[in-house]
Amino acid sequence: MIRSLILSTATRILLPLLLLYSVFLLLRGHNEPGGGFVGGLVAATGFALYALAYGVSATRHKMHVDPRVLVAWGLLIAIGSGCVSLFVGQPFMTGLWVGDRLPIVGSLGTPLLFDTGVYLTVAGMALLIIFSLMEE
Amino acid sequence: MFLSLITAFLAAFAAPWVHRFLPRSSGGLLAVIPTALFCYFASNITSIAGGETLFTTYPWLPSLGVTLSFYLDGLSLLFSLLILGTGALIVIFSSGYLRGHGELGRFYAFMLLFMSSMLGLVLAGNIITLFIFWELTSLSSYLLIGFEHTREAARKAALQALLVTGAGGLALLAGFLLLGHVAGSLEITELLNRGDVIRTHGLYLPILLLVLAGAFTKSAQFPFHFWLPSAMEAPTPVSAYLHSATMVKAGVYLLARFSPVLGGTDAWHYLLTSCGAATMLIGVIMAVTQTDLKRLLAYTTISSLGTLVLLLGLGTSQAAEAAIVYLIVHALYKGALFLVTGAVDHATGTRDIRELRGLLWLMPAVAVAATLAALSMAGLPPMLGYLGKELLYEAKLQAPQAAAIITGAGLLTNIIMVTAAGIFVLTPFFNKAPTQSQNFHPPPPSLWLSPLLLAVLGLIMGLYPTAVDTLLVIPAVAAMRTESTVIELPVWHGLNPVLILSLVTYGAGAALYAGRKRLYLFANAVRRPASWGPSRWYDLAIAGTARLAYLQTRFLQSGYLRYYLMTVLGTAFLLLFFTLYTKSGFHWDTGGPDALFHEWLIAVMVLAAALFASLSLSRLSTVAALGVVGYGLALIYIFFGAPDLAMTQFCVETLSIILFVLVLYRLPRFSLLSGRPARIRDALIAIGNGGVMTALVLTATSEPVKTRISSYFAENALTQAHGRNVVNVILVDFRALDTLGEITVLAVASLGVFALLRARAKKDR
Repeated sequence: MIRSLILSTATRILLPLLLLYSVFLLLRGHNEPGGGFVGGLVAATGFALYALAYGVSATRHKMHVDPRVLVAWGLLIAIGSGCVSLFVGQPFMTGLWVGDRLPIVGSLGTPLLFDTGVYLTVAGMALLIIFSLMEE
Repeated sequence: MFLSLITAFLAAFAAPWVHRFLPRSSGGLLAVIPTALFCYFASNITSIAGGETLFTTYPWLPSLGVTLSFYLDGLSLLFSLLILGTGALIVIFSSGYLRGHGELGRFYAFMLLFMSSMLGLVLAGNIITLFIFWELTSLSSYLLIGFEHTREAARKAALQALLVTGAGGLALLAGFLLLGHVAGSLEITELLNRGDVIRTHGLYLPILLLVLAGAFTKSAQFPFHFWLPSAMEAPTPVSAYLHSATMVKAGVYLLARFSPVLGGTDAWHYLLTSCGAATMLIGVIMAVTQTDLKRLLAYTTISSLGTLVLLLGLGTSQAAEAAIVYLIVHALYKGALFLVTGAVDHATGTRDIRELRGLLWLMPAVAVAATLAALSMAGLPPMLGYLGKELLYEAKLQAPQAAAIITGAGLLTNIIMVTAAGIFVLTPFFNKAPTQSQNFHPPPPSLWLSPLLLAVLGLIMGLYPTAVDTLLVIPAVAAMRTESTVIELPVWHGLNPVLILSLVTYGAGAALYAGRKRLYLFANAVRRPASWGPSRWYDLAIAGTARLAYLQTRFLQSGYLRYYLMTVLGTAFLLLFFTLYTKSGFHWDTGGPDALFHEWLIAVMVLAAALFASLSLSRLSTVAALGVVGYGLALIYIFFGAPDLAMTQFCVETLSIILFVLVLYRLPRFSLLSGRPARIRDALIAIGNGGVMTALVLTATSEPVKTRISSYFAENALTQAHGRNVVNVILVDFRALDTLGEITVLAVASLGVFALLRARAKKDR
């Protein structure tokens, strides 16, 4: 935890911006540069910054959810998105699509769900390591 | 048949709940299932005896030829009846024997699980299905032998039984796979028709040896017999069930089942008769020198199993008939005797022959069961055991080879068996002075009912041999023989060699019993050399494995990060170098690089930063220099049109610096501890790895791109995966399975970091 007025004030504004940006990266990833991996890293950077400014316990409180839970949900969503196709008789991880040409996202489908799983896993993984090191 | 098997398994899983809600009557309730199944199978006796077979099949893994098929003929019917009948009696016995035990519900579950597995084993019509049930019996017997898991001896015995039978199981699997390969089918009904093809095939001997390894370990044949006496650590109902009537007979069943397929050759004959004869003699000699009733029974069981294997090895129809009759005889009397031991132990608190006296007056019903069973064991009329012994002698006298030796060994075994029966029943039950034990309490009906029923059944079957013959023995023998044979149980032969052998057996057995004091002296004399037997080999093998694991761990897991890094980098270097050298050789584009000015600038910057990082004496400046390397690479990604990679690289670099700072904060001041040779060694490893990577990249880029995989991705990203960002489409669609593997690795790695730091934090506190 670093006591700095500039850092803590800037972080308050930066955290929501970084989180928004990370979701933006996740959603546009299929058509423009971006994706779940880099989105997750950006989200983790935001919370890591917050943890530097306010400490880990305050960050955990702010997050409402343990990084371990994020990792678990991420893996579950990623695997679950691959299983959807099994119910319509397709092989595991066959991409399925609904809707058409939405702004930014393009078509909605199981790959986006998979990417969300990647996003959560990566963010949870990075934060789990950072928090563990900071709390030691 | 499949339904009955499912019922049995369901009963096993329901048992703990049944016991929890109805603790007083759970034993009786659970015994209903095996009883009902027994009745179901018994209702098939007449149709099976009429020559029918039942066969049901369900597809399981059709692509591999594995089916859930079940096959009921005379042999499997006989075994099913033994398994279910004794199973019901054992469950009732256990309800009295373990009354008030805190984990009785779990015990019922294990017991019924074992019963179901054993039933599946004898009904299986596909060798893979058979193997799976075979392993299930090993696993459930592990749970049963180690049931009193707070005692170290029980855990050790359970592990020993599991390792020995498990190793045999693996051999059996290999044998079965070879068998399926040679015969072209995994179905037993098919295999039975292809015996000639299999016996003349070049792989016949490996198949035979592997299958025999499985059967011999399971049926405790010499030199694998040692696990059976150790397994006496199990609660007595378990010993009565597993080690008399069922599990140890699985090997015998396997040999009987496959005797039309694998039997009849010289190899079969010599292996089975020699191992069987050795086991038969060693078992019975060890038995009479024991003072613990249960161990005495265990060794006589080994001996009987040896007799059965010997008979199966002889391969004549007399021998097959004798084997089946003796199997029934043994299951009945040995089960009864084990249960008698349990009742005695429960009532008096000891199983030591030297302490037990005059039990006849304390527990008459148990004494009757013990006497009848011992009569059957000694082979006296009118018990079924008498017929069994007569048939044994007849089969051995008519053995195709070495009849004199085999008969002599059989005679010796039977003489000592008579002595063992005497030791078991005469002194403890009929000696005058009653046991002066304070904590004696008379056994409840559940404890004497089961052994009495089994013993009386031996008597009834002995009185009506013709019914036993037509209903059980002939159909079972028919399943083991390809040609049909008419056989009858003998009752009275007149004065012939068999009768003379019988009389010699009784006389010599009685004489040996009278001189049993000398037996114990003999046992003490040979204790030391006998301790070098296979049991010691097992202990040495286990200790050796542990020692090897310890040494290997000490060697590989030094605990120093530098050695781990050296191992990883050295291995990577060797693999890369080897592959590069053998597959393509090193070559590069001879035309000089046509890079632009700013690209040169970045390259120089990255190189300078890398050099600085390796030479710097400050950790913080090293981290900063590594950051420069990372950002420089990200810039190159941008210039060459990979914005996704660049973005990710920037994020990773930023997070890495945060992580480094967090770690560095806790480290002591930097100091140079390694000497010059160590630093030169590190430099060599670093240069080697860097060099081989450079060579690899140069070689790879100078090769013309032959594959069209990237153009395939570029063309199909939008049409098939609805995305214009090819990189991301590859990550989440075309190659999503790889990504799934990667994020799983990430998750596991982060949990590893978490666990390591958490463990250290706990230790410090």
